[in-house]
Amino acid sequence: MSHVAPHSEPLVRLSKRDVMPAWQGILVRIIGVLLGVALSSLFIVLVTDLNPAEVFTSLFDGCFGSPRRIWNLFQNTAILLCIALAVTPAYKMKFWNIGAEGQVLMGAAATAACMIYFGNGINQWLLIPIMVISSLFAGMVWGMIPAFFKAHFNTNETLFTLMMNYVATQIVAFLITYWENPKGSNSVGVINASTKAGWLPYLFDKQYLINIIIVVALTAVMYVYLKYSKHGYEISVVGESENTARYIGINVKKVILRTMALSGALCGLAGLLLVSGTTHTISTNTAGGRGFTAILVSWLAKFNPAVMMLTSFLIVFFERGAAQIATNFRMNESLADIITGIILFFIIGSEFFLNYKLNFRHKHKEEA
Amino acid sequence: MKKTAKILALVLALCMVIACFAACNNATEDPTNASDDAATDVVTDEATEGSSEDASEDATAADVALDYSDIKVGFIFLHAPTDSTYDKNFMNAVEEVQANLGLSDDQVIVMSNIPESSECYEAAMDLVDEGCNIIFGDSFGHEPYLMQAAQECPDVQFCHATGDDANTANIANYHNAFASIYEGRYVAGIVAGMKINEMIADGKITADQAKMGYVGAFPYAEVISGYTSFYLGAKSVCPTVTMDVKYTNSWFDIDAERTQAIALIESGCVLISQHADSEGAPKACEEYKVPNVAYNVNTSDMGPTTALISSKINWAPYMTYMINCVASGEEIVADWCGGFAEGSVELTELNTDVAAEGTQEAIDAAVKAFKEGTLHVYDTATFTVNGETLTSYMADVVPDANYEGDTEVIVDGHFAESEFRSAPYFNIIIDGITAVTE
Repeated sequence: MSHVAPHSEPLVRLSKRDVMPAWQGILVRIIGVLLGVALSSLFIVLVTDLNPAEVFTSLFDGCFGSPRRIWNLFQNTAILLCIALAVTPAYKMKFWNIGAEGQVLMGAAATAACMIYFGNGINQWLLIPIMVISSLFAGMVWGMIPAFFKAHFNTNETLFTLMMNYVATQIVAFLITYWENPKGSNSVGVINASTKAGWLPYLFDKQYLINIIIVVALTAVMYVYLKYSKHGYEISVVGESENTARYIGINVKKVILRTMALSGALCGLAGLLLVSGTTHTISTNTAGGRGFTAILVSWLAKFNPAVMMLTSFLIVFFERGAAQIATNFRMNESLADIITGIILFFIIGSEFFLNYKLNFRHKHKEEA
Repeated sequence: MKKTAKILALVLALCMVIACFAACNNATEDPTNASDDAATDVVTDEATEGSSEDASEDATAADVALDYSDIKVGFIFLHAPTDSTYDKNFMNAVEEVQANLGLSDDQVIVMSNIPESSECYEAAMDLVDEGCNIIFGDSFGHEPYLMQAAQECPDVQFCHATGDDANTANIANYHNAFASIYEGRYVAGIVAGMKINEMIADGKITADQAKMGYVGAFPYAEVISGYTSFYLGAKSVCPTVTMDVKYTNSWFDIDAERTQAIALIESGCVLISQHADSEGAPKACEEYKVPNVAYNVNTSDMGPTTALISSKINWAPYMTYMINCVASGEEIVADWCGGFAEGSVELTELNTDVAAEGTQEAIDAAVKAFKEGTLHVYDTATFTVNGETLTSYMADVVPDANYEGDTEVIVDGHFAESEFRSAPYFNIIIDGITAVTE
């Protein structure tokens, strides 16, 4: 068998696709979602005997069924988006920061500490700036520790940031036993319930409006920062190739540290919004896995802050809708998780087909 | 390039067609299925409604039949009942009450996985938006958020299991409830003590080796009250018994409960009990062939040769009470505590393969005494603290920031647990118990 068989080419071969027109890209994604919906409907019918139409109605009902649910939907979107915006600069730089969960928790802990220790002594207008500074600082420190070791000793940032999450969780667990109220309950309770000291103000009587406004503003700023600022450009170059960056005179260490400081600080801000603007308490679940979901949000949007508004909305939409499905049909979250999983799979799948094409083996071989 | 694009389009189109067919099939099949289901649903609904009405008429012939048509109850659970036995215990009660009172599925909303944070407030308010007139939360940490919602919605009744603020909060529509589960644990302790007596009589251990182990959750009054009553029950039949307590520092942690149970067994404990209701300790006991007394769930399938009995809170009596109050326009008491008499405290079936002879008779006698009010768990004549009999104790009944004792709870020679407030406040480590805090 010395001669190479001309048909040794595999049946299907992948190759990178040229850029598609935008409308085609959108169409493929829509088809992807529809296929996901179809498959999950099939699943619902086969496995649960429920009417898929009712299940999907519950999905929408859980998100848009009442003004309160709509507020909750946008509030949760805002928090997830905030963390996604925070991790984006690092990811764009190809710094695999999976430590957002811990950075958010540290920001949350700093906020809670300010509320507990300064809540009664200091004027509200002074307290909130102090809380903002300390939460940003706490998140920043937690982000910069792995960045420092990466920049100077080239440690693996994925492992490092991941482990920093566990350290942060344990610190918060310790603080909870330290601050717990009532004693032995292992929870902090509502901080400053009577004085509301350190609670972000309710704009127009709506608790979550201020969070939403802050995050929308942050989205705009981040868009400009990444796209038009010198820093944004440096981040892209370091992400593409560190050697190129060095060649054109970018101080790579400085960029890594600066970007992770920014990333961590914004995670700290998310912690502030969660404690001071939302729950008014702290627990080890305050971040609630959003630090990881945010990575998905950021990647799905290809690090574009404007698109992230859409992807974070989509994720939260399924999450909230899924909870409603569980309530309406007295099931646990598993059914809803499966539906969300199927649809996400199709969305990610359509990204694959947008980037790659399948080449089938050619049968005719006239040249031979 | 163009060709592959075409192929891709074709494949996608094919998928769509298949999906459409699938959807069409569903659509054509569904109406019949749905109507069948609906028909059977109606029949069963009528049947259960009919029978339950008959039952309630039979039971309380003199009472005016209550009209439940305006009732809508919302339940807030910490976890999903399918994942957590704690919530499962509440869910069983919900299903029992719903069937007994003939409430439709639209009248009972259950929200699961609601954390002890402002999510709980949001969930409660969402239930109010849905038109619920009673809202029930099942976890201790839900309390402040339910109180917040109660203040905003004075027309809706908020009931909360295991909380301790309703007595003093002065919110007319906010209520606490608990059960005198320490009485159940005391009876379970008698079962344990008799088993140990049997071991001593059989010569397996000597009287001074009679040491029990207890896997606690947190060093918190509810837990301390629970294991002290269990210990006193055992001591009432086996005077030489002692007990070691180890904490898991979690309300539910299967691995930690298993680890602590094994640690206790290896340190010489001849019988194990635990505060929580996971499978961790019962399964470890079955492996090590050490008798086990459990909580809330019947564990005889996990430990056929070791499980003795479980004490259990049944929430159905309270749920029935709160719904009846709203249906009849009566006030719900601020703080409700049910015992054996109300049916709130129960014992699961005794595993006669494991239990000592005569245990069932002893159980029946103790339960009868509790129902008649002649038996007190924390009788100061039966225990000492640092070698002395307790004559006075100021318990922290009224919640305050510094956990200061505020109420004299030694009444007529016994520690009056759950008499000043339903949530337990017995938090003394008595002689004979060694609690290891780590």
